[in-house]
Amino acid sequence: MKKIEAIIKPFKLEEVKDALGEIGIEGMTVTEVKGFGRQKGHTEIYRGSEYTVDFLPKIKLEVVLPNDRVDAATAAIIKAAKTGKIGDGKIFVTTIDDSVRIRTEEKGDKAL
Amino acid sequence: MMKKLITSIAALTVFGALSLSTVRAQSTNGMAGMAMTNAAPAAPVEAASTDPATDPAGTKTGTAADAQDAGGTHFVVSAPADLSDDDKKDTNKVAAYTDAKKAFDDYTAQAAKEPLAVKLADSVGHNRVAINFMWTLVTGFLVMFMQAGFALVETGLCRAKNASHTMAMNFMIYPMGMLGFYLCGFAFMFGGMADTHSLVNGGIGTMGGYSGLNHEVGLTIGGKFFGLFGTKGFLLKGAGYDSAAFCLFLFQMVFMDTTATIPTGGAAERWKFSAFMIYGCFIGTLMYPFFGNWVWGNGWLANLGANFPGLGHGHVDFAGSSVVHMQGGVIALIFCYFIGKRHGKYDKNGKIVHPIMPHNIPMVMLGTFILAFGWFGFNPGSTLAGTDLRIAVVAVNTMIAGSTAALATTLYMWWFKTKKPDPSMMCNGMLAGLVAITAPCAFVNASGAAIIGIIAGILVVEAVFFFDKIGIDDAVGAISVHGVNGAWGCLSIGLFADGTYGDGWNGVSGTVKGLLYGGGMGQFWAELIGVVTCFITLSVLSTIVYFIAEKLVGNRISLEVEIEGLDVPEMGVPGYGGMQMDKDSETPMLKT
Repeated sequence: MKKIEAIIKPFKLEEVKDALGEIGIEGMTVTEVKGFGRQKGHTEIYRGSEYTVDFLPKIKLEVVLPNDRVDAATAAIIKAAKTGKIGDGKIFVTTIDDSVRIRTEEKGDKAL
Repeated sequence: MMKKLITSIAALTVFGALSLSTVRAQSTNGMAGMAMTNAAPAAPVEAASTDPATDPAGTKTGTAADAQDAGGTHFVVSAPADLSDDDKKDTNKVAAYTDAKKAFDDYTAQAAKEPLAVKLADSVGHNRVAINFMWTLVTGFLVMFMQAGFALVETGLCRAKNASHTMAMNFMIYPMGMLGFYLCGFAFMFGGMADTHSLVNGGIGTMGGYSGLNHEVGLTIGGKFFGLFGTKGFLLKGAGYDSAAFCLFLFQMVFMDTTATIPTGGAAERWKFSAFMIYGCFIGTLMYPFFGNWVWGNGWLANLGANFPGLGHGHVDFAGSSVVHMQGGVIALIFCYFIGKRHGKYDKNGKIVHPIMPHNIPMVMLGTFILAFGWFGFNPGSTLAGTDLRIAVVAVNTMIAGSTAALATTLYMWWFKTKKPDPSMMCNGMLAGLVAITAPCAFVNASGAAIIGIIAGILVVEAVFFFDKIGIDDAVGAISVHGVNGAWGCLSIGLFADGTYGDGWNGVSGTVKGLLYGGGMGQFWAELIGVVTCFITLSVLSTIVYFIAEKLVGNRISLEVEIEGLDVPEMGVPGYGGMQMDKDSETPMLKT
């Protein structure tokens, strides 16, 4: 089992969700986060005083899936989320030790 | 716990003692029997007192004496006062007496021929007074609604974690200010308005002429009387328990509460609630009424023109640029200065490194609209008369100045200052225009109003930048909007008053005229004297109150509380319960 964490631009969420749905992945968790990469912030001005905006709003998408689906899911996310401009985001893949469906108490790949 | 119990009992005892003692002290005008009961008003027994009878039921206010035409000529003509032997030597006085006597004789003859007309005059007079009561009360209700406007503007401009606390200050100042004003503020401010030492006509003229608020304490210097404060009407008892006095009280009270709520914005986000409550005890009782008496209670600033020819009509302030707004702005200035800057906004060298952003711009703008709407009560209501048709000019001037100011601010920010039209500044701009037009609204024409607004719009931007630069952290621009533009509003009368209104204002004959309309500099100097007096007086009073609160409870919350947000530690309830907030983005932390 692997977990994919994808940091994407907020307006790309619908597209990514649909793209994952097309390849059969129908569960995910989404959080609103802030972040930046190498793009750096920019300066704004409020009532005559400058301030830097470093953090930009992003969406973090988390999906846990069986090992054999990771590549397809990663490709789908990239295709849907890419704009070609800086700030498109990143994908991280980690290994998951176990998973449980709470309602039925199924474990392992059956719980995904 | 014990300390709080004792304080509460002490407060109640003092209040109770005051109530009872004022009943006894002011029973000389024959109201003793009525004071404690709600009995139907029997004809008051006029004891040895020469004080006018009060009319709490409103059944004797508004008579034929109040019936007048559009130009102010009264229907009922009274007999002229007899000439003394000295007077008879003055041909002018004799001629005037003869004219007046003839008018009186003509009226008496006519009245004898048409008795029904004379009876109708009572109804006509009553209706006129009723219109004026209604106007004053309803516009007063509009001004009360401005409390909501202030609350929204201030809370929206501050951070979300302080919403409950900022709102609570704006909420509580309403009853606290009101109670203070009711206890003694109104008496200090208006208790001497009809005192005959003043050269200004003092009864509540538009509401039946009640003149029972007639004792002013003052100094006589060089034969001239300088009124300082009144002493009738404490707890709205005795001479205060009259329907016209009550009407005046409501209207003046909501104005006082406007002043009272201004400092809560400036010192927001670090003002301990208990310290704020101490301020709340002083604002309606002792901070606001004295300058108010001097300008509107027929005190020495109002009499400046009558006492010193060459000073126009004395310090003129139609609806309160100085009495309301500048007083509030100066209090805000002093409190902001002493309470200090919010943590994280400035670095050690006094440079702004992290501006603190508003958390809810829609709230700020909604609040601004509510204030602009309420201003239609604030300015036109200050005629105290729906029958004074200048109200239309006043209302339109108000509207125009607010609009030109908002536009001026926006364009000034956009084109010259920050290259972006800043919504928070747009709101400050509109309010600055409204504050600035508050004093001159009845005395200028539309062009004057427009220009006053434009200047106010630019002035407020420069003022905000100035105070930020010198390290006075005004969370909402209160000092710049109310203090600076309150002063500008008064001074603008000295320039733009066009001489079409105000004949006899403050006991000086002729209309109010500024420099640009041939009135000379006199009016301007009088306004300047008033503005400087306001600054000095309120600086002193605010400093005293600040340090009383500092001694009792300390004014500023601790750093931990400031970082966490005042809502839960101070108030016990978050403004936005159940919502995720990014606290680290909200409180700028210094990079040390």
